Order: sequence, then C-alpha cells, then structure tokens
Amino acid sequence: MLIYTLKRLLQAIPTLLIVITISFFLMRVAPGGPFDGERQLPPEIEANLMAAYHLDEPLPMQYLRYMGNLLQGDFGPSFKYKDFSVTELIMQGFPVSLEIGGLAILLALIIGLPLGIAAAIKRNSTVDYLVMGTALTGIAVPNFVIAPIFALVFGVLLGWLPAGGWNGGALPNLVLPVVALSIQQIAYIARMMRASMIEVLGSHFIRTARAKGLNEGEVIWRHAIRPALLPVMSYLGPAIAGIITGSVVIEQIFGIPGIGRYFVQGALNRDYTLVMGTVVFYGVLIVLMNLIVDLLYSALDPQIRYDD
Amino acid sequence: MTSESKPYSGEQRDGAPLPAGGPNPPRAPEPGSVAAPVGESLARDAWRRLSQNRAAMASLGLLIAIIVVCIVGPWLLPWGLAEVDWNAFGTGPTLEGAHYLGTDANGRDLLTRVLYGGRVSLSVALVASFVSLVIGVLYGAISGYLGGRVDNYMMRFVDIMYSLPFMFLVILLMVVFGRNIFLIYAAIGAVEWLDMARIVRGQTLALKRREFIEAAHALGVRDTKIVTRHLIPNAIGPVIIYVTLTVPKVILLESFLSFLGLGVQEPLTSWGVLISEGVDMMESAPWMLLVPSFFLAATLFCLNFLGDGLRDALDPRTR
Amino acid sequence: MISKPYSKISRHLLATLGGITLTAFAIPAQAFSVNIANGAEPGTLDPQKTSGTWETRITRALFEGLVTYAKDGSLVPGLADRWEVGDDGKTYTFHLRDAEWSDGEPITAEDAVFALRRVLDPAIANQNANLYYPIVNARAINAGDKSADALGVEAVDSHTLRIRLTQPTAWFLQALAMTEAAPLPEHAIADAAGWVQPGNTVSSGAFTLSEWQPQSRIVVEKNSHFHAADSVAVDKVTFYPIDDAGSALNRFRTGEMDIAYSSVPSSRFAWARENLGDALRVGPLTAEYFYMFNLHDGQPLADKHVREALNLAVRRDVITDQILGQGQTPSFWYVPRNTDNAPQGELDFADMPMDQRMARARELMQEAGYGPNHPLHLRLNYNTLEDHKKIAVAVAAMWKPLGVEVELINSEAAVHYATIREGNFEVARYGMVATINDPFDFLNAYADNGSASRSSGYHDATYDALVAESTGELDAEKRRQLMTRAQQRLLDDYALLPLYDYVSVHLVSPDLQGWESNPMDVHPLRYLQEREQ
Repeated sequence: MLIYTLKRLLQAIPTLLIVITISFFLMRVAPGGPFDGERQLPPEIEANLMAAYHLDEPLPMQYLRYMGNLLQGDFGPSFKYKDFSVTELIMQGFPVSLEIGGLAILLALIIGLPLGIAAAIKRNSTVDYLVMGTALTGIAVPNFVIAPIFALVFGVLLGWLPAGGWNGGALPNLVLPVVALSIQQIAYIARMMRASMIEVLGSHFIRTARAKGLNEGEVIWRHAIRPALLPVMSYLGPAIAGIITGSVVIEQIFGIPGIGRYFVQGALNRDYTLVMGTVVFYGVLIVLMNLIVDLLYSALDPQIRYDD
Repeated sequence: MTSESKPYSGEQRDGAPLPAGGPNPPRAPEPGSVAAPVGESLARDAWRRLSQNRAAMASLGLLIAIIVVCIVGPWLLPWGLAEVDWNAFGTGPTLEGAHYLGTDANGRDLLTRVLYGGRVSLSVALVASFVSLVIGVLYGAISGYLGGRVDNYMMRFVDIMYSLPFMFLVILLMVVFGRNIFLIYAAIGAVEWLDMARIVRGQTLALKRREFIEAAHALGVRDTKIVTRHLIPNAIGPVIIYVTLTVPKVILLESFLSFLGLGVQEPLTSWGVLISEGVDMMESAPWMLLVPSFFLAATLFCLNFLGDGLRDALDPRTR
Repeated sequence: MISKPYSKISRHLLATLGGITLTAFAIPAQAFSVNIANGAEPGTLDPQKTSGTWETRITRALFEGLVTYAKDGSLVPGLADRWEVGDDGKTYTFHLRDAEWSDGEPITAEDAVFALRRVLDPAIANQNANLYYPIVNARAINAGDKSADALGVEAVDSHTLRIRLTQPTAWFLQALAMTEAAPLPEHAIADAAGWVQPGNTVSSGAFTLSEWQPQSRIVVEKNSHFHAADSVAVDKVTFYPIDDAGSALNRFRTGEMDIAYSSVPSSRFAWARENLGDALRVGPLTAEYFYMFNLHDGQPLADKHVREALNLAVRRDVITDQILGQGQTPSFWYVPRNTDNAPQGELDFADMPMDQRMARARELMQEAGYGPNHPLHLRLNYNTLEDHKKIAVAVAAMWKPLGVEVELINSEAAVHYATIREGNFEVARYGMVATINDPFDFLNAYADNGSASRSSGYHDATYDALVAESTGELDAEKRRQLMTRAQQRLLDDYALLPLYDYVSVHLVSPDLQGWESNPMDVHPLRYLQEREQ
C-alpha cells in the first residue's frame, strides 16, 4: 500500500513537469503581456517594467529561471498583485475554496445520493421522473444565472442572508454560495447514482441475493449501495479538485476570496507567475485527489488490491 | 495494478457532464465488460424500448421542435440578426414594430436573436461534440488496439491533459487564435475528447480479445481496417450514450465562455451570450433573461432525459 | 423595489464583524466607520507602483502629497503649507509644515527627495514616471543613464525642498499632487521588505493601514499623527474589492456598503435612477471615449476622405442618450471639456443636420473610391465589456448606409491593447483617462513619440510644435489658445473619432456628507461626515 502510494507520487513528477512546460510556453505564445492596459506606456517605462520582471530575457532563459525557482519552492511574485507572492495568494485562497467546495460536495452527496437511489428503485415511475426532473433543473440552468438570482432574491429583496462577502467565513455568508455551488453537483451525483444503482440492481449477484430470499430493503442496503457508490467515488476526486479551483463564477458573484478566480483572471491578465502557480497547484491537487480516490476504492471494493 | 484498469465489473458510464466552469472533467470510468455488438435487430430493439420511455420521447419531440423553430423561425420574422430598429431601444414585448419579445439595448429584435443564437448554440453543441467524438474514438481505438507501450504512452498523455486545468486551456486557445465560432468548435472539442478516448480504449481492450477480431487477424486483415471496420462499430453503443451526455456539457461550456466574454463575435450571438446580457437586466427587463434561459434550459433538459433514456434502452443488462 | 432603507452607516454590520475580525484594534462603540465597494483587488499599495483608481483611492488615504486634492478636486496645500515658483518658472521651493509619520518620526524634505528619486528609479518601474521628466536629469535617471543623486531635487534644510526643472511646465504642480510623488518614509522602507503590509507600513495621510486580506478587504484607520487629524471625522474605512458591479450594487442596496464605486453599468442605470434616488451620483470625468484610427500608409484610413465620412456618419447623441443614457456628453472634440484649461474648438460639421452629414459622407466615400459595388471592409476592435460591445454594434449599424462592412473584434484587455500598441488594427476603441487635471495627457499622446502617435501613425510637425510650445507656456490664456490650435489640427485631419466625454457613476449613501463629484474623481476620505439626523 505504502509502496504503491509512493510509486504513484513518483509517477506524477514527469506528468507535472510536462504540464508546467506546456503551460509556460502556451501562456507566452498568447498575444498581449502583463503590462498591456488602458494606459499605453512610454517605451522607456515599458523597458523598465520588462527588465524588472526579467521579461527582456530570451524565453528559454526565462523558463530555466522559472524552473530553478520552482525547484526551491518559489513561485515568484505575482505580476498583478505585486505586494504578495504567488505562494501567499494561493495559501490564502485555498482554505476558502476548500471550505466552500468541500461543503458544496458534502451537501450534494447528502441530497444527491438518496435522490439517485430512490429514482433507481422506482425506475420509470412518477417518483423517478419527478426526482430526475428536479435534479436536471440544476444542470439546465447555468450557475451564472442561479447565483445572481440567489443574491438578489435572498440577499437583497428578502434580506435573509448576506448578498455577498466572505466575512471570515461566517455561517450566514456561506449559505448562498455553497447552495449555489452544490445545485449542479446534486444533479450530477443523483444521475450518476441512479445509473449505477440500476446497473447493480440488474447484476447477477443481486439476483442471487434476491433468490436467496433476502428482502428488498436488505438487498439494497446491504448489497447494492456499496458497489453502486464506486463510480460516484471515482467522479468525486476530480470533481473536488474542479470545484475548488473552478468556482470562478460563484466567487466573483458572491465576493469569495478563493483561488478559482486566479485561474481565469490570471490567464486574462497575463499574470504569468500567478497562472503558473495555480496550474502547478491544480496539477498536484488532481494527482492527490485521484490517489485518494483509488485508495478509497480499494477500501470499498475488496476485489481490488494495490500490492505491486 | 494501476488505476488504468480497475477491475470493477459493470459499465460505469457516469451520468456526469462537466460542471460548467469546472476546469477538469471527471475521469472517465473504465468499462471492464462490453456490450454485445450492436446489430440491426439490437438497434430496433433499443428503439422499441426507448419509445416506451415517455419522458425520453417527450424530450425528443420538444428537442426536434426547438431545432426546427431555430432553423425555420428567422426566415419568418421581419427583422434581421443585426438589423437595428432606431425607434425601439430596449423595449419590452410589443406588437408594434413586430417585436414579439422586445428588443435588446441596441434596438435589435430579441426573438430573432434568440433563434439565431439557438442556431449557434446548437451548432456548437453538435460540431464540438462531433470533433470530440472523432478525436476520442480514433485515439481510444488506436491506443486500445495497439496496446503495450504505445497504449501506455498514449494514455499517459491523456493523464497529462487531465492535469491541465481545462478552463485555462480553453481560455488560452481562444486568446492565442482569436475568437470565432470555428475556434469555439475546435477548442471545446479539443478538450472534451479525453473521456471519450478512455471509454473507447476500454471497449477496444475488451473487444480485441474476442473471437471475431482474432479471426480477422488470422485472415490477415490490416490493422487499420480492423479498427475502422470492427472495433469502432462494435463500441458504438457506449459511444452514443456518451455523446448524448457530451452535447449538453458543450452547450453549458459555450455559455460559460460567453459569460467570460469569450463567446462568439458580434453580430453573431448564442444563448449563452444572450443570457449573460440578460442577467444584468434581470430586474428591469426580466424577459431578456427569461427567454434565452427558457430555450437553453429546455434544450438541456431534453438532452439529458433523452440521454438517460438512451442509456437505459441501449444497455443490454437493464433489459 | 428597495427592500430596506439605507441603514445608518453600517454600525450594525460593524457590531457583527467585530467578533470575527482578525484585527486587534479596538474600535470605540460610537466609531464612525465607512464601507466602500472599491472595484478590483488592488495590485499593490505601494504608491509608486499603482496603476489604477481602485488603488489610488486607498493610497491617497495613506499618503499625503506636498500638494493634494480638496473634495472638489482642486489643488490645496498638503504636507507643504506654501511654495514659491521662480520667475523663470523652473524653480519650485516648497516649505513643509511640521508633520509626523504615523510612527511619530518627523516628515522632512529628505523624505520628499527620497520619494522623487525612487519614483524615477528604473527598478521601481513607475508607470507615470514621464510626468516627472521636466525635473533636471529625470529622464536620464529613469532610463538608467544617470545615478539618482543627479536628480534636480534637493533638501535645502529639513523643511525646505527645492526642485529644478529643465523648462517651465504649466502642469507640474498637478504632477506633484499624484500619490506617486508623495514623500515616503525612507526609514520604514529601508527596514522592511514588504513595507506596505499592515504592521510594517508608516503613513503620512489621514489614515493608516491596519488590515489587508487579499480579495477580501483592506481596512484603514484614522492616523492620530496626521497633521489635520482633528478635522477627520471617519474612524475606520473598509475597502472591499468587489469586481462584479451587480454584486457591489446588491451590497449597497442591503446597506452593507456606504459607497459603491462604478457599480451601475448602463444596463442598470435607468433602474437605479428610478429606485436609488439621491444615492446615485453622476459626475463629470476628465476622460474621453474615442475610436482610434490607424493612419499608417496602406491602411484604408490613411485616406482622409474616409476618416471624415466615418466621423460624419456617427450619431453621437444616439450613443449617449439611447445606448448609455448615463448623462455622457456627445463630443466633437478630443480633450474632455471639463478638463482644466481645456482647449476650445470642435469638428467642423458639429452643427450640420444629420441628413446633410450623411449626404456629405456618401460623397466622400465615393470620392475615396468606395461604393455599393466596392464596399469598404473595416475591422473594429474593442475590449470585452458590455458597453463597448453595444457602442461598437451601434457604430457599425451607423456606418452601414455608407456601404461600410464592419467586422467586430472583441478581445480581452491584454490582447486589445497589445493589438493597438503594435498598430495591428484599423479602428480601435480607446478610453483615455487623464492622470492629471490638464490637457497634457491627451495632447501629448498624439504628439511625437506619444502612445497614440506611435499606434495610429499620426505625425504632424506643426501639431508637435504647438503641443511643445503649450507645455512651456505659463500664461493660462495663451496656453489655451496654443492647445486649441493643436487640437484643431487633429480634428481637421479627422485623425480620430471622438464619441463622448465620460461621466463617473457612483453610489453614495445619502447619510454621508462631504463627498463631491469632481472631474478628477478624487474623493478624499478625510472630508467625509455623518449627516446630522
């Protein structure tokens, strides 16, 4: 188990290296630079800026410099947020994103799994249509529509909850963004659970269990749910990584100081170091998440052993 | 044993389109066993079962209706896509001037734009899904069929692509190549093929050990022919299902890109563009949000129901 | 539609916040605190590295210049309580008042020298450094050719500062009012690497920095060492970086925010005017919205006929009234009219009726060789923003009757401005915002080696000479005439297509007094008062 884990982590290193290299050069191919803005700078001032950030060096040189710093754990200073290092920004934003994203996934599991199971058991019934119809609404409306509606209705018009802001993570400030973020996930998880439940319920060993005379509740609870959870599990790893880093819209609309916006804004502003930092961070996160999922898999499914 | 071939038996076709804005799609599940080859009778059989699914059939009907309206509608309306009514800027629904759903802030007829936008959104969905289908199927089939070291490298490349934040990739593609509709097709297609490649590879791995492939081999049929004539057609069931899941994903993605301002260029529009324009006007001119949202939501709704129905109909074990 | 009346200056919010904040600063129960929705997250609070208003709104609260702005945007004494200008207009002598840094150290003329040397240091890479080029040797220092000691700035004694210029410069005091030129605490900067962090920073303005959580909030509190501390009513100001205008508007409506900057885009303006009443504050702004033409050889717009025709066909009033509707002034000139010393004069067709303008425009297009069978294909670039899109769509529709086929190209700011910088455009949207309240920024951009001249390829020796002469002219009326002549050359050449003078649109709680609209859009927090109930 330990050896397997170490091996997986070692395998991740070349992957990450390639990811970093691709991102570095892709970013530099993009037209426009970090200092292109409404104020067009006089040439001498632009030259000063380029020199201050080593952008006047040849690209391969910059790449080596970046990799060298990276090996020492230094992501460099952000181009846009000059008073903070990229590490500081990520470390300040990550716990926030983790909290929002984690809670959203948790909420999605608590609501989505039972819905999916219920729909699978009552397949093609009114219950099924109703549950899946409701769940699908979550997928059918983009979150950049849901989030502003939530903020307007519950925050401004009804005044029940703060319309935005983080406020150090106070509970009332969490509610709207977490719910808005989880709606889509509820839908995905419910659908996935329904699908895999249907498959498991149709499989041989469930038929065998039924044939043995176990009552239906026991069959479902004891035998069907656990294997049916596996595909949901394998979805969760990347989903968590994605939801943590990808909740750009929710962060923007509710003013959440997470790291999601660094991906999009970093790329749009050509904040080279910040983008690279988030890319590396995301790469590591996804490697870890997949590893955790695979280890959990072996815990859930006794047929799998990781012993090589 | 590595994560590349989990021995969980049972097809884990997730029902999980990518969350819009999520930078990375879920890893595709690895099918360990395989559907029976889809033959003529099986297709008919599947259609029979699909037609018994009321929700799926209703969805299919509505979907066809939306497509027809989007294609035919603009010809029947008096206003053009970029035509400005200088007397009507941002008016509500009115019969005067034949603006049945009002005009946008530039004095252009909203209904006309919603229908044209539908053409764009739907075409993005179809073309981008098709691009991802072609890349994914070929890549997956080649990787699975050749196996060994090639397979290993090809799948490692897929892993690398998975570790790149997907939003970042699309944004950079849009930025590097400028934005036009063909690029949106290609950019979305280019990041959506990963799941498809994994699914097809899994299918291929399982299929190629079966008798009819080995027989073809023994008869000296060329590799390319085996892949295109035997492997791909036989993996078609799961692929169709996955495509129905990809299409709504792609529509959402396009709308998210539009929200970021990376959508199609004016005067073209799409549902995503119209919705993000409408969000700003939600209190003063709610119809500007409601109309395109309704079309988008209805389409996604139908596609998802249809996808679920197809899955049920095509999966041999859920008979 | 407002669900709640504006709350009193967020005292309730402060009470709820108090328990959770990370600050250890105790705020008296009756503290007067103000919450501001400030737009984007500041890139920096180093006053010499800032690049936008969302940053200078904060740095201006922290650092006081030798001269500074009053609440109406006019210049008033700051750390210097008086100054003399030599007869030749080339020597400025400032007398600093007895003032202290927030750590109790005296503010001296050496601090002012330090700041001016630093702003020209190439390593600091200040974006407005060219405003200080009139100082002796400044340009060479900024280019790295001379050492900082060569700068024509000296501390005569601890409270007297002398600045020598290479030539008389009419707007030089304006440049000194920018936070870039404010004296800096050499003792604090020398000690700490991240000197603009809470705890490290030392300030001279009405406030000190007490908390900075990136993307979350920045808190400044009253500086008891400030030279006019007695007159400052506000105890604490919290700046929230809210880059989504809709979100800022929401939080203003709930009463959480007392001021929300630039939070009413044109799409919500009509609604806001009906529902927010006095809180909506529309003011003039020294900024111009125009379309830049590419005049380089071989470009379609190198032909003056075409430039004139395109100018003629644009109905500026439709754009300001129908599409934006926020009170922008349609402009037939380049330098915004509310700029101090703004030149006069306008495009020659300004008073012509629209049908005559269109007829003339069609003739011109014909003369230029374009017609129904040979339409002009033009690319129009704009950067991603709803209002830019709407304007571009409208302008394209206005050009259509001339047989001009427009391809609209939307790209994000980095690409858009790079495209302009490289001259790789035909028509491009541009917003020129004055850094100082003077026509200099605008006119200089089209003068020799100015940014707009380089991008657009506009070169006119007479224009260059007029601009150069106007900069050195100290008599206001003569200077205005020179600038009027300069601008007229630009307009008679149809070198650009002016659309409108910007306005500023902010939300300010009616409970606040002492906040005034002004063309520089500066709103010093030290003048804010709570309205008597």
